[in-house]
Amino acid sequence: MSTYEKNYIADHVNELKPSGIRKFFDLASKMENVISLGVGEPDFVTPWNVIEASYHSLERGYTAYTANAGLWELRKELSVFLEANYQVAYNPEDQLLVTVGASQAIDLACRAILNPGDEVIVIEPSFVSYVPTIRLAGGVPVIVEATEEHAFKVQAEQIEKAITSKTKALLICSPNNPTGAVLSKEEMEQISEVAKAHDLIVFSDEIYADLIYDEAFTSFASIPGMIERTILISGFSKAFAMTGWRLGYAAGPKSIVEAMTKIHQYTIMCASTMAQHGALEALRNGKGSVLEMKTSYRQRRNYVVKALQEMGLSCHLPGGAFYVFPSIKSTGLDSEAFAEALLEDQRVAVVPGNVFGESGEGYIRCSYATSMKQLTEAMKRMRRFMEKLK
Amino acid sequence: MDEKEMELLRILEKNGRLDTETIASMIEVKEEEVKKMIEKLEQECAILGYSTLINWAKVLTHQGVTAMIEVKVTPTRGVGFDHVAERIYRFPEVKALYLMSGAYDLSITVEGQTMMEISRFVSDKLSTLESVVSTTTHFVLKKYKHDGVIFQDKDDDDKRMMVTP
Repeated sequence: MSTYEKNYIADHVNELKPSGIRKFFDLASKMENVISLGVGEPDFVTPWNVIEASYHSLERGYTAYTANAGLWELRKELSVFLEANYQVAYNPEDQLLVTVGASQAIDLACRAILNPGDEVIVIEPSFVSYVPTIRLAGGVPVIVEATEEHAFKVQAEQIEKAITSKTKALLICSPNNPTGAVLSKEEMEQISEVAKAHDLIVFSDEIYADLIYDEAFTSFASIPGMIERTILISGFSKAFAMTGWRLGYAAGPKSIVEAMTKIHQYTIMCASTMAQHGALEALRNGKGSVLEMKTSYRQRRNYVVKALQEMGLSCHLPGGAFYVFPSIKSTGLDSEAFAEALLEDQRVAVVPGNVFGESGEGYIRCSYATSMKQLTEAMKRMRRFMEKLK
Repeated sequence: MDEKEMELLRILEKNGRLDTETIASMIEVKEEEVKKMIEKLEQECAILGYSTLINWAKVLTHQGVTAMIEVKVTPTRGVGFDHVAERIYRFPEVKALYLMSGAYDLSITVEGQTMMEISRFVSDKLSTLESVVSTTTHFVLKKYKHDGVIFQDKDDDDKRMMVTP
């Protein structure tokens, strides 16, 4: 780089920290024979009927833009799906928006709602893009920590304490990435009381809704009095193993979805047409595949949690998603040192917990979205590593 | 059959070599319990055996031919198709036998060393059975998928990036 190179980058972008995930990606991808538990996406390939439906749409010449809010048939099917599965009723005319992944839906929600300086409460450990997305929209993230003591579930009182006159929204993700924690219906009700009392909008990231193992899923929007103040955000990536298709959606009050659609129409136009045709098939005939994948994830979760506990890492049983978040505090190492040493010594890649916020320090995220064959080998290597540390 | 047994069967159906300790932790029961369940399912003949799926095309010294034979038969009073079916499935070269709906009655999968061996089976043993009316033999040219498994190298090649959020 030339020393004279001028920095043309906007200040608020310069100020964003690069993601800690990147560093691990660089380290791990240079090595041979690595087993990665660092991947935040399903190991399954998209179900064949979905791929085939997308092919078929191309063959028939569906290669043009769709409506800004997404294919009408897809929105209609989504509204049926949401009502049948999560007991939430949305009008496909003006309360649903198909987006480029759930990530874009979060971005649109922030940009549609936030005035400069408005505060959004974020529960950490959290997905890495919440804080930057809020900042880029001019908002101010306010961090509340979900601790291991409460099985990584945020307590309603904690949220209440963080509220100021500038708080406009609350961002919740259950089942959670990276902890796998799932809020119970009662816990959601308690949080919803706080949201109602302080007139907050709730951004509810429900991308892992279908990957929940021990109880029925409750959508935040289904809690009485919440549908009018919740933006439900979800997508096809995790349940239908469609991460690369980049297809998500937002559902919410008409005025908010219309505002989001306005930004979407100017910046994106519409989500990919062929992906939308695939998603339509996923909603119509994908239930069997989702159940099969879910069974497999649940079995691997049980296996991994037990294996980690047996090697001396304390680890709560996560209720959903496909991550376990064991504590590595007993080793005396910090998250990054642990993850780096494990990678160097045993060629197992995990993600250090501090990447997901300061409260993730002392933990690592292990994804069990990988085959049993790989998982058993990874656990064997981790056991060896733990033996050496003793 | 209870839920855990069903789950156990589904797991074993995919991988008969998975050890009982691993299975136990996957379905959240004690290892002893898994052993007992397997024993019970074996006794009930729900589990009939454990075999290995081999792609023989990879074994260069192996020579073999597979054929699927459609057979029309006249069922016998009293025993229906079962009697003629037994006469056929007792032959060791018969690897699979199904009673079918539609244009023919029995579907037979036969394996032999050579085409000659299979044609001899059809002309000498199968066609000469009293109830057999006609046969149509189809030779298998290539196996793409068998018992749910795709016969392809590196099908489980991971296309994901090493670390993602």
